[in-house]
Amino acid sequence: MSKVTYRQADGSASTIEVPVGWSLMEAAMQNSIEGIPAECGGGCACATCHVYVEEDDMSKLPDLSDMEGDMLECVAAERLPGSRLSCQIRMTDEMGDLTVTIPSEQF
Amino acid sequence: MKDDVFVVVGAGQAGIQVCNSLRNSGFAGQLILVGDEPILPYQRPPLSKSFLLGEIDEQRLFFRPQTHFEKQSIEPLLRTKVIAIDRLAKTVSLEGGRTLNYTKLALTTGTRVRRLDCEGADNAQVHYIRSLDDSIALKNKLAEVERVAIIGGGFVGLEVAAVTRKLGKDVTVYEAEERLMGRVVSAMLSEFYFDLHRKNGVSLHMGDRIDRVKVCDNTLEIYANKQHSLDCDIIVAGIGAIANDEIALEAGLNCDRGIIVDNRCLTSDPDVVAAGDCTVHYNQFAGKPVRLESVQNAVDQAKVAASTMLGGEAVYDQVPWFWSDQYDAKLQIAGINAGYDKYLTAGRPEDNKFSIFYFKDDSLIGADSINDPSSHMAVRKIMTTKIASMVQIQENLDDLRSFAQQ
Ligand SMILES: Cc1cc2nc3c(=O)[nH]c(=O)nc-3n(C[C@H](O)[C@H](O)[C@H](O)COP(=O)(O)OP(=O)(O)OC[C@H]3O[C@@H](n4cnc5c(N)ncnc54)[C@H](O)[C@@H]3O)c2cc1C
Ligand code: FES
Repeated sequence: MSKVTYRQADGSASTIEVPVGWSLMEAAMQNSIEGIPAECGGGCACATCHVYVEEDDMSKLPDLSDMEGDMLECVAAERLPGSRLSCQIRMTDEMGDLTVTIPSEQF
Repeated sequence: MKDDVFVVVGAGQAGIQVCNSLRNSGFAGQLILVGDEPILPYQRPPLSKSFLLGEIDEQRLFFRPQTHFEKQSIEPLLRTKVIAIDRLAKTVSLEGGRTLNYTKLALTTGTRVRRLDCEGADNAQVHYIRSLDDSIALKNKLAEVERVAIIGGGFVGLEVAAVTRKLGKDVTVYEAEERLMGRVVSAMLSEFYFDLHRKNGVSLHMGDRIDRVKVCDNTLEIYANKQHSLDCDIIVAGIGAIANDEIALEAGLNCDRGIIVDNRCLTSDPDVVAAGDCTVHYNQFAGKPVRLESVQNAVDQAKVAASTMLGGEAVYDQVPWFWSDQYDAKLQIAGINAGYDKYLTAGRPEDNKFSIFYFKDDSLIGADSINDPSSHMAVRKIMTTKIASMVQIQENLDDLRSFAQQ
């Protein structure tokens, strides 16, 4: 199983195993990782599950859908090249380990 | 503070948010979350969407794992119903005879489904969706049957229609009113959804009221307007919800088809707050008292309720928003469009991406967006920060986001 490291804005970090098929948002929720309110529960409707993906990991991810791209325009923290919605990234067999940073604000 | 006991009644979306907000704000007293369902709080929206379709399993619905409750010292009392509140003694009575003392009480009891009340409707093959168990029962049943009748063309009914079509079933929708989702969306949007469901093979009966369900062997005969209308295997009814306000009402709190709260989520008792689907509040965006059934309302009211329990000053003034997934159309609603007198559209329904902006007395009161999240998010922001006229929106249609930030 692949491991994902979630870094908080304050520098602390936790690493968890993410089952194939789960989104990074779901894995964070089920492991009590704070900072991802994910109000719409993965519906790509709220933009409160924003994370910054490490540059080296970007190529492992599925492409941005139009919906996700549009929602990313509206995230509360600054949108950076590594910005993604964690509910739209589903773990696959091939993805491998990832590191993401949780922004300090989601609203 | 340490000796305080805060009791939260109703372990759903609002209940867990009250608890989390209390702990995040440093509440150090005892915190008890009482819920009559057998499991920890979970998300309901997927119950008529991805969960029913089989895309996600049960485990992924929970807001927080068991360990969270331990770490945060939140005591869940599951399978436990609160049957009465004694506001003088400041206790709640639990089914089975126990009582709990409280210094502050939060009511987050949500709603229950309205049941079909025509002849023959108390049949086991009439399904509803409010709880996880309901959705599991329906999902299991769908694996065995072919012909599904859906009564009620509101959000839940239509989401179930979309899921059951994706599963390849024969689907018929009955809506008593003349248009779909008529309580919330505009006529244009109802029409868009009518076409969408028809294109996807749903047969739609508008203005048809079901007056009888008759069981013949394994078949259900549906009668609409006194005529035999359809034979089907199961019925799913989505005909609205009723606030669980009985314990509040019996305790003498002001209620009107929901527990009445002010903009600090306070009930008519200074030690009792309420939040979520069970409440009625004067909404500044609607300009009248409303009972909203949405994640946004549950979460935002819960945060305010927690602040009020701690003596804080937070007020509930967030722009309402909502979403619904049907086929490849994601609907996002911002604001409340009731009473609009003008509208403006951007994009075209034929392209499956458009928004309708609603105005009342020349100011923006809301927007419905199909696959157009940028407009949706911009409208939420605009309505939070300013009053926008129709001309302003029209002139800035190409870049509403910048306009929102000005
Ligand atoms: C099928 C479905 C789809 C939905 N889809 C969407 C959507 O797409 N977008 C959206 O914004 N919203 C959606 N909603 C609405 C959203 O889920 C609700 O607004 C939200 O769950 C409200 O949270 P709540 O805490 O007020 O109520 P609930 O989540 O219903 O929680 C209330 C809890 O209190 C318990 N309870 C009641 N009385 C007592 C008592 N006396 N003692 C103990 N426990 C009690 C109930 O059993 C329940 O567990 C949907 C709802 C359903 C049912
Ligand atoms: S959880 Fe709402 S957009 Fe990701």
